Amino acid sequence: MAAVKFAVNGKQQTVDVAPQMPLLWVLRDTLGLTGTKFGCGMQLCGACTVHVDGVATRSCGAAISTVAGKSITTIEGLSPDQSHPVQRAWIESDVPQCGYCQSGQIMSAAALLAKNKAPTDDEIDTAMRGNICRCGTYQAIREAIHKAGGAK
Amino acid sequence: MSGTTGKLGRRSFLQTGVAAAGGLLIGFYLPERGKLLAQGPFGRGPVALTPNAFIHISADDIVTLTVHKPENGQGTETSIAMLLAEELDCDWKKVRTEFAPVNPDLYGGATQGTFGSQAISTSWTPMRRTGAAARDMLVQAAATKWGVDKSMCRTESGSVINTSTNARLTYGSLADAASKLPVPNNAAVKDPAQFRLLGKPMKRRDTAVKVSGQATYAIDVKLPGMVYAVVLRSPVIGGKVAGFDATKAKAIPGVKDVVQIPEGIAVVADSTYAAIEGRKVLDVKWDEGANATLTSAIIRQKLMDLTAKSGAVGKTAGTGEAALASAAKKIEVAYEAPYLAHAPMEPHTCVADVRADSAELWVGTQIPGVANTDAMRIAGLPANKVKLHTLYMGGGFGSRGGGAYITEAVGISKAVGAPVKLLYTREDDLQHDRYRPTSYARMAAGLDAEGWPVAFTGNIACSSFSAQGLQNGLDREGVSGVADTLYSIPNVLVQYHEPGIDIPTNYWRSVGHSQNTFFMEGFIDEMAAAGGKDPVELRRKLLSAPAASRLLGVLNLAAEKSNWGKPLPAGRFRGVAVVNCFGSFNAQVAEVSVTAGKLQVHRVVSAVDCGMVVNPAGIVQQQQSAIVYGLSAALRGAITIDKGRVEQTNFHQYEPLRINEMPVVEVHIVPSTQNPGGMGEVGTPAIAPAVANAIFAATGKRIRRLPFSSNPLA
Repeated sequence: MAAVKFAVNGKQQTVDVAPQMPLLWVLRDTLGLTGTKFGCGMQLCGACTVHVDGVATRSCGAAISTVAGKSITTIEGLSPDQSHPVQRAWIESDVPQCGYCQSGQIMSAAALLAKNKAPTDDEIDTAMRGNICRCGTYQAIREAIHKAGGAK
Repeated sequence: MSGTTGKLGRRSFLQTGVAAAGGLLIGFYLPERGKLLAQGPFGRGPVALTPNAFIHISADDIVTLTVHKPENGQGTETSIAMLLAEELDCDWKKVRTEFAPVNPDLYGGATQGTFGSQAISTSWTPMRRTGAAARDMLVQAAATKWGVDKSMCRTESGSVINTSTNARLTYGSLADAASKLPVPNNAAVKDPAQFRLLGKPMKRRDTAVKVSGQATYAIDVKLPGMVYAVVLRSPVIGGKVAGFDATKAKAIPGVKDVVQIPEGIAVVADSTYAAIEGRKVLDVKWDEGANATLTSAIIRQKLMDLTAKSGAVGKTAGTGEAALASAAKKIEVAYEAPYLAHAPMEPHTCVADVRADSAELWVGTQIPGVANTDAMRIAGLPANKVKLHTLYMGGGFGSRGGGAYITEAVGISKAVGAPVKLLYTREDDLQHDRYRPTSYARMAAGLDAEGWPVAFTGNIACSSFSAQGLQNGLDREGVSGVADTLYSIPNVLVQYHEPGIDIPTNYWRSVGHSQNTFFMEGFIDEMAAAGGKDPVELRRKLLSAPAASRLLGVLNLAAEKSNWGKPLPAGRFRGVAVVNCFGSFNAQVAEVSVTAGKLQVHRVVSAVDCGMVVNPAGIVQQQQSAIVYGLSAALRGAITIDKGRVEQTNFHQYEPLRINEMPVVEVHIVPSTQNPGGMGEVGTPAIAPAVANAIFAATGKRIRRLPFSSNPLA
């Protein structure tokens, strides 16, 4: 065990856990931020996507020791009131079905749009293909990303 | 909605009010309930059914509607509320929703569930009558207050309006007076022409919480003193624990306990991570049992051998098999489909808190009553001592009735004397699911001299989806989609074999149709090719009887919207398939290309007739969803067995469709005045054969074995 310091959604956190413990479980079990979801534990599905210093990162594959000193943004930190352009577009397109993968989808989309305000369909495919949705909301996700891009 | 069950407390007026409406509704419910019970997933006696306690109106005009169909992603939180709100004529902006607690008397026992695509069909009449009864009482209360006849009143958006004076009284202000009135037993429901909500696109009620991480799934629940558990189960399906040594597991920091339960060995810790780490070093000796040498090849051979023999008869017409011999042309082929896992995005998770004299569960389940009964059995407690909180499900697709995730969580909590969150990792989910059974089907057809089908036989071996469903050796689901098609072919014989393989099976989105429609619609295409007919032309001819008119209707609409028969860009090819199941009708035309052996599905035109539509936006979502689910399986979905073990461990070996593979799905809805059918599953069966038939058009290769990835296209 060793204390690790990092920022989550703008707030400094210090946790004392096993250094190999994935950021995902620190967020969920230690800090109670359950909006970030467990889906596979192998960085295959994207349900656990958060931003680490602005970069979309699978938190199930990031040992807590590797994020020391870094700044994490989770779905809870994207906006206090669903007002982030990606969340607004998701609401307008009524994207979620079961909803379980959507935190990860939204975090991946937000990271894409932060770099590229008007992504093409191919660019959306590249940025979003790491996020699995078993309900098949992909068509609505594509539509919402185009909307959110246009809204900027 | 918070995602948790609210209090059951109800104002007396609507409790009585709707209870009486429940009496009225029994006549409606009985046939449906009888049918569901006959299908066998419940195996418990008839339950008194008095749907009530659905509506609560408070003095501040907030209308709380109880949703008795758990939210699986398919939109019941919105659509069930719409049925009640339509007839109640309340203000949709003031509607709140909550999930129903388990209560067979109030919420219908077996029908308090999300399965069999029946959420809307079993709610359409009772929920509207329930809403109408409450509205009638509010109107009567207002009329009495104004000293006018009820006919002088109308309702709109949560108020009763005096049509002569334009005076208004809100429902909240009338609730107390209405509660003292007798209950109408024949309140009229609206003529569909008067609908304000039903049939118009409605935004989902659960979107805001699902775009902000606030929706509560079982995996998100945290209780004071709660511990985390994972279970090590026999790698060989059906194996048992012969012995274990917990020393190394207990040495992992955070591991608090290691306990044996009937399903395996549970590692209990102060975090999910510690539980998983502890399980990695747990020493267990297994008695592998009878499956230790089982392989997919052995299973396949068993199915092939069975289908060479006579089986239980699923359908017979005309002279059956004999007509094949005299046909001008005969085709004989075999189709097959693999085991499939459900793989919902939220792996099965259950939080259980079992105390000496009571228990509570927090769980996403398709059938709360079944989950509750499973919990009662393991906890050793009666129904009134077990409380189940129905949460959002992170997908279910047939996997979340009751079962191991419930019994394990309850068993562990009981053993350690603390609240427990049991998590399935993805590996647990894929390797310890109850699977869509593998199936093998020999199909034969006879054509007349003009190339029209005159005889058809199918001989299918497939583990029963539910052993309780076997009747005279026949599992109806094992032959559904082959024995019950609407095609008019004069001579038919369909047979079935239960192979007795000890691999657990379960319902999977669209059940028997998930493989049988692939067999049937592929084979119909083969009949068309053998007889020199266009695939749509042949289907039109075989669907010309009045009983098939709705299926013909969707076929014609899909053909029209996809420009069937008209040229496509170079390299693009079309395939068609149709299906009727769960009371609805669907035709799909897939547009594909195959380049250097690589398949791409570009577009799917889908026409659906599901009777009267509650929420057209929901229909589009369910079509897209069902098509993606079916296409994921068709492309590369397969669970295979070696030495009794499931070979697939995670999404790299069981990889669902990803966004870059998503075709454009275009949905067309046939207007209808029929009662609603189901929408959750009808979109799944047709996509595999539609794409396979398009691959045939593109390459001349006939795919008879799922998934497509097991058939080289280069």
